[in-house]
Amino acid sequence: MTAVFENNDLKPIGYGRMLRKEDPRLLRGRGKFTDDVQLPGMLHLAILRSPFAHAKIVSIDTSAAEASPGVKAVVTGETLKGLGLAWMPTLSNDVQAVLATDKVRFQGQEVAFVVAEDRYQARDALELIDVEYDVLDPVIDVRKALAPDAPLIRDDLTDKTDNHVFDWETGDEAETNRVFERADVIVKEDIVYPRVHPAPMETCGSVADFDPVEGRLKLWSTTQAPHAHRTLYAIVAGLPEHKIQVIAPDIGGGFGNKVPIYPGYVLSIVGSIVTGKPVKWMEDRSENLISTGFARDYIMRAEIAATREGRILAIRTNVLADHGAFNGTAAPVKYPAGFFGVFTGSYDIEAAHCKMTAVYTNKAPGGVAYACSFRITEAVYLVERIVDCLAHELAMDPAELRLKNFIQPEQFPYTTKTGWVYDSGDYEPTMRLAMEMAGYQELRKEQELKRARGELMGIGISFFTEAVGAGPRKNMDILGLGMADGCELRVHPTGKAVVRLSVKTQGQGHETTFAQIIAEELGIPPDDIDVVHGDTDNTPFGLGTYGSRSTPVSGAAAALVARKVRDKAQLIASAMLEVSVADLDWVKGGFQVKGDPGKSVTIQDIAMRAHGAGDLPDGMEGALEAQICYNPSNLTYPHGAYICVVDIDPGTAEVKVRRFIAVDDCGTRINPMIIEGQVHGGLTDGVGMALMEMISFDEDGNCLGASLMDYLIPTALEVPDWETGYTVTPSPHHPIGAKGVGESATVGSPPAIVNAVVDALKPFGVRHADMPLTPSRVWDAMRGRATPPI
Amino acid sequence: MQVTMTVNGDEYTREIEGRLLLVHFLRDVLSLTGTHWGCDTSNCGTCVVWMDGEPVKSCTVLAAMAGGREVRTVEGLANGAELDPIQEGFRQCHGLQCGFCTPGMLMTCRALLDKNPDPSEAEIREAISGQICRCTGYASIVRSVKWAASQENQAVTK
Repeated sequence: MTAVFENNDLKPIGYGRMLRKEDPRLLRGRGKFTDDVQLPGMLHLAILRSPFAHAKIVSIDTSAAEASPGVKAVVTGETLKGLGLAWMPTLSNDVQAVLATDKVRFQGQEVAFVVAEDRYQARDALELIDVEYDVLDPVIDVRKALAPDAPLIRDDLTDKTDNHVFDWETGDEAETNRVFERADVIVKEDIVYPRVHPAPMETCGSVADFDPVEGRLKLWSTTQAPHAHRTLYAIVAGLPEHKIQVIAPDIGGGFGNKVPIYPGYVLSIVGSIVTGKPVKWMEDRSENLISTGFARDYIMRAEIAATREGRILAIRTNVLADHGAFNGTAAPVKYPAGFFGVFTGSYDIEAAHCKMTAVYTNKAPGGVAYACSFRITEAVYLVERIVDCLAHELAMDPAELRLKNFIQPEQFPYTTKTGWVYDSGDYEPTMRLAMEMAGYQELRKEQELKRARGELMGIGISFFTEAVGAGPRKNMDILGLGMADGCELRVHPTGKAVVRLSVKTQGQGHETTFAQIIAEELGIPPDDIDVVHGDTDNTPFGLGTYGSRSTPVSGAAAALVARKVRDKAQLIASAMLEVSVADLDWVKGGFQVKGDPGKSVTIQDIAMRAHGAGDLPDGMEGALEAQICYNPSNLTYPHGAYICVVDIDPGTAEVKVRRFIAVDDCGTRINPMIIEGQVHGGLTDGVGMALMEMISFDEDGNCLGASLMDYLIPTALEVPDWETGYTVTPSPHHPIGAKGVGESATVGSPPAIVNAVVDALKPFGVRHADMPLTPSRVWDAMRGRATPPI
Repeated sequence: MQVTMTVNGDEYTREIEGRLLLVHFLRDVLSLTGTHWGCDTSNCGTCVVWMDGEPVKSCTVLAAMAGGREVRTVEGLANGAELDPIQEGFRQCHGLQCGFCTPGMLMTCRALLDKNPDPSEAEIREAISGQICRCTGYASIVRSVKWAASQENQAVTK
């Protein structure tokens, strides 16, 4: 057990361990989550969902439901069609049915909704809606989606004759093939990253309150991106944007699940317009698991080419991507595969190539979620798994192989063979620290002894480079909205301040860390800084929190807006102290005259002068405030070295994660306590994905992970006490050098765990086994029967 | 039907449907929204409250079953302005992030400490194993409980 931190009540004026400002309300049950919103006269909405994966809707009879007690409205797709709202755009320029009109395309798809006086009555009435379906053959096996006789899923799209979504390619195929031809060693492996689900503890929901007289819509919703949502509602529903207020109150975890716009949000708005009353929609757990943004679902063929001495030359991959029934990928539009292009990892190689085909299947839409940094989870898993396979073939230590191939510090900024410009990195010290913390050589000795006794112990390594902070608006947008973020800072006359953000915490602690950023720049204590976020009426425009982008983008905006305020403060200080601007030194919290520390003014003095009586410098307006919209010049590239130790029970094939060592480098560290918390959470996700979690389907398209009894998430018993460490390589282009850390551990940990399990199974000749490594799958692997999970 | 129960020391009598779940009674009828709902299947534990001193998952208890009983929720933990040591422990040791599982975790951990004032790491993990946290990775929750235990044990020895 790691010792509890010393100095528990630190109140840094700037960076450092600081207790969270949001905790007092959350600890007392006084947080305000979407389901906590109760408005006078509020009605409740429930959604009828398809029991079939693929079926024509023949007829819908709502008469019995309409007559059910307490029911105020029953709405079907036909009604929405009349309003032009039956379909809506997805974040990837596809369309998705709000309520099905022609046919249903996945189990759990929205078919109709009921609005009633309470949530029980609404559910009762769902049972009374009579839908006649004509069941069609579904496309469930992604490998058969493009077969000539595969049923056509998207007959709603003009001229669509197959289930193809897109082809995507990156890198240089010819050059990669040439390098492969001259390689001593080529290792090939088929690697599956199964479908998983972020499953935040709070499901998705919304409360819509439409005022027909003013034409104003107020929408509380579980959204990670309130501003982007508001703009999209304006576009979809034709409501004027200035009359829509989107409020993201406290959010019970997001992990990417709360980025897309789901039909339920739109239906709550329709429900409020139809009934003239506020309408609440909260999905239940099954609805969350079967219909909202899933993650991964990539089938990858990985190939790596190397010299006999272990110099990695090239990597190529061919990917089949399952996008479900609608392409609802939430990624920058020019990146249909997200940032999968960083699959070359942390290694200096000569060539790389990737070819990808994405297809429709009769499964829920989504694909980019679960703290994946826009598909970097898949990319890192691919490269870190295939590097381990190479180590296996070369009979080389996997740590040594990685150390031999790292991009060197003097090579940064480093342009990868797929065109990504890594901003900074110093990989070897990070790796060495992880090995030292783990006692790597001792672990290998212990393993040798145990192997001799027939015990199964494995040591797995993963080294990752992330690409976060999307992104430069010249090439990154979501549905035409540039991925920049605004920030506004106002210092009140008494020297207290309010900072308004476009991003939105879902537990990451923005109310604390953003106050610390302002405090570091201005010297105002964090407790004197109010952080406002999650309300489109009261915050500047920006694209929200996902892809670990809050610190790299919005954090930069906060630092720069504080510097703007400081610049103005300096002009006022020069007038107050009657010296030239150049004769002033900034000492955190105020200005003093060079060489005369006795003559100084604090930021609080300056704030009062900015608002008070008396002259300001010529031409200067009063007040002390500024705003900014920050457009990042590049992504940031955090990295980390993870080592996992597992023991496998040879009698039951149960995997126990004994130790996990995580060394992260996220550049400048704002609040180490919060960083550690982010890492711990991500590592737990990794254990879930590697060993437990999977959304699977039977051949009829029934989702087999539709409750938390079937979709297994780690509890306190499945995870160890985490051992964390850090190195610091600041980002050169970020104003404070911070890189972001929210998703690093989710991205980096699954390969470390799988590599450890495979390492433990080495005596059985196992080189690869797919996630989730449940006891039955490990048992099969031990007996040479490891098959892909899909 | 009519139900009468004590919640956080106050007695409430309400007319309810027999099928109403305790979690919905607390949240929708009494507006005590600190208790959360997360799964329907007793797997996640965000809805844990006490009934006559025992932690229960209020999503699988009918409000009617709480008739005549004493219910305690997260709103009843703090003593006015003063946080309960378990709440303070979570604050000091970063035992929460999004805060959604927190009320249930706090109620379970408070019950643990009442029965076992000095639990081991394994005992703490066992006690919270019927609950899910997606944010913290549990280690900081374990630290939080240990922090609270050591504070309370110091107070006892003084």
